[in-house]
Amino acid sequence: MARIEEYASIVGQSTIDDLRLLGDKLRGKVIQHINSTSVGGGVAEILNRMVPLLRELGVDTRWDLIKGGEQFFAVTKKFHNALHGRREEIAERDFEIFRETSAENVRDVNVHGDIVFIHDPQPIALIERKTGNKWIWRCHVDVSDPNREVWEFLRDYVVRYDSAVFSSPSFSQRLPLRQFLIAPSIDPLSDKNRELPPETVDEVLRKYGIPRDKPIITQISRFDRLKDPVGVIEAYLQVKRYSDCRLILAGGGAADDPEGAAVLEEVREKAHGDPDIHVLLLPQNDIEINALQRASTVIIQKSIKEGFGLTVSEALWKAKPVVASNVGGIPLQITHRYSGLLCHSVEGAAFAMKQLLASPAYARRLGENGREHIRNNFLLTRHLRDYMLVFLSLYHPEDVVYL
Amino acid sequence: MDAMKRAREPFQFYTRLNLSELTGLKASTLPELLEIIETVPGSCIYHHTHRFLQQHQYLSPEPPNDFAYWVAESLGDDELGEKLASIDTIQFGTIRALRNKIIATIVGYLADVPSASRRFAREGEEFHFIKSSSFVLPTNYVANDLAEFAEILKKITIDSIYYHMFEARLRLERGTNDFSVWIEGALGEKDLARDIARLDPYTRTLDDLRRTLIQLAESRISK
Repeated sequence: MARIEEYASIVGQSTIDDLRLLGDKLRGKVIQHINSTSVGGGVAEILNRMVPLLRELGVDTRWDLIKGGEQFFAVTKKFHNALHGRREEIAERDFEIFRETSAENVRDVNVHGDIVFIHDPQPIALIERKTGNKWIWRCHVDVSDPNREVWEFLRDYVVRYDSAVFSSPSFSQRLPLRQFLIAPSIDPLSDKNRELPPETVDEVLRKYGIPRDKPIITQISRFDRLKDPVGVIEAYLQVKRYSDCRLILAGGGAADDPEGAAVLEEVREKAHGDPDIHVLLLPQNDIEINALQRASTVIIQKSIKEGFGLTVSEALWKAKPVVASNVGGIPLQITHRYSGLLCHSVEGAAFAMKQLLASPAYARRLGENGREHIRNNFLLTRHLRDYMLVFLSLYHPEDVVYL
Repeated sequence: MDAMKRAREPFQFYTRLNLSELTGLKASTLPELLEIIETVPGSCIYHHTHRFLQQHQYLSPEPPNDFAYWVAESLGDDELGEKLASIDTIQFGTIRALRNKIIATIVGYLADVPSASRRFAREGEEFHFIKSSSFVLPTNYVANDLAEFAEILKKITIDSIYYHMFEARLRLERGTNDFSVWIEGALGEKDLARDIARLDPYTRTLDDLRRTLIQLAESRISK
């Protein structure tokens, strides 16, 4: 795991110095993160990186977990889907199960932080333990169009927190507490994003039988209708009439997901007979994903709905020109015609890709702008800074704070 | 000049770090946008007129505000987008005055082109109002003369330059920038102070602004 000083070569020493200054201002405070799992899932991934770095910055950071049985997590999974706007049958018994397990956690979890940082809905009821300390609820879920019943149920807990944190402006709700916008981030030193030697990139292409004889368009996403892989093939076919190119659709996670398997089948059928389309069902392998992104001429992310869409940041960080749908957190990452191209349809995506393939200088400029945008706004160091600022904001309600 | 001429008092570099606070307010049409602009806190107007500078510091300096970008890209109204983009931010000494200018621009446009009020943003492309919470803190950098000042300018973050050039001028209603105040008051370098005060920081990227400041200071040293 990288140490904080290693980021100085990427973001500049003065940015690291600023982080240390903020860390100094938090001396003496105990920050306690609480979520439901230490492995798997985006939240655990973020905390595994952030907790050690915060400690290195002098912030006394702890990380605790709640407990729950299969039934409890089945209910919270339903809540998660319902918050995303998916249709879910939620019975009164589900709410009861949530309350029962929550009551056990309220009784058993050792809540001791000066600042208690609760991640996602699973541990939300721990707010019952609020005394004189400060509490933050961190919502990692897209709640722009939530199932009202579930949201109202959770809202009764949320309103008792001091602050809430959301990943995108469209997720914010009218709430009687301060709400902050903190976008997720990528780690430039992780296997998925670090620089790779050209031989590694070549090796991965060889492994999957992808020649480098023509420009490559790539979408990295699991096989899910919300990522519209079939739409990507349709857009590619429109581009192909004008510019000869290859298409890579790569992603994982279809094995135990019946819907994913069906989508993969549709994609394979649609791609059938075209040797320039490479449909790759990848195991979790960050270096391979990194290599495929680096080998690409253009990256596409044609999602229909997106929580945040960090694959866009990953591609921009590699200075790749990106075409992406104007949904979820994507417009935060791409300013249209400045740091990438936004689209709303298959035709729009095809038009944008044609432009980029036909104008390499323009494509390069968008990619370079994109990389700088990510450097300034979507790297782990910015995420650390925002978290520390949120901690400080709990003690300073004013708009301009002099520390 | 004597680059080592000591200042009467040192210049303490500060940094300004911003946290974005969500308001839960959003607009889909121009009348909605206008109504909210009239009532949100000044820190909200500040956020949407200054965010681009910080987040897109490496780009061409346009478009200078979120209102202009949204009106052009999401409402598809290029004419009003252009009018909003060309508001000369530097002329306004206060956020209040800047807000009034934005309001007058939209009101005037709606009077001329009433059909513009019927344009609306697609679902998911509404304008979300955000406000800035700023945290100001002293850095470890202190300049005692012009040479040190130029050297530190090469090292500090863009956020620090931003704080001394923009935040001092507009949000805190100080009229000019901190660098000019120190260079004139503590070093007695009136011409250099004036040259820096004359820069329009809104039409440059922050990196370009940094380079220009260093150039101005170094060319004064070498005279």
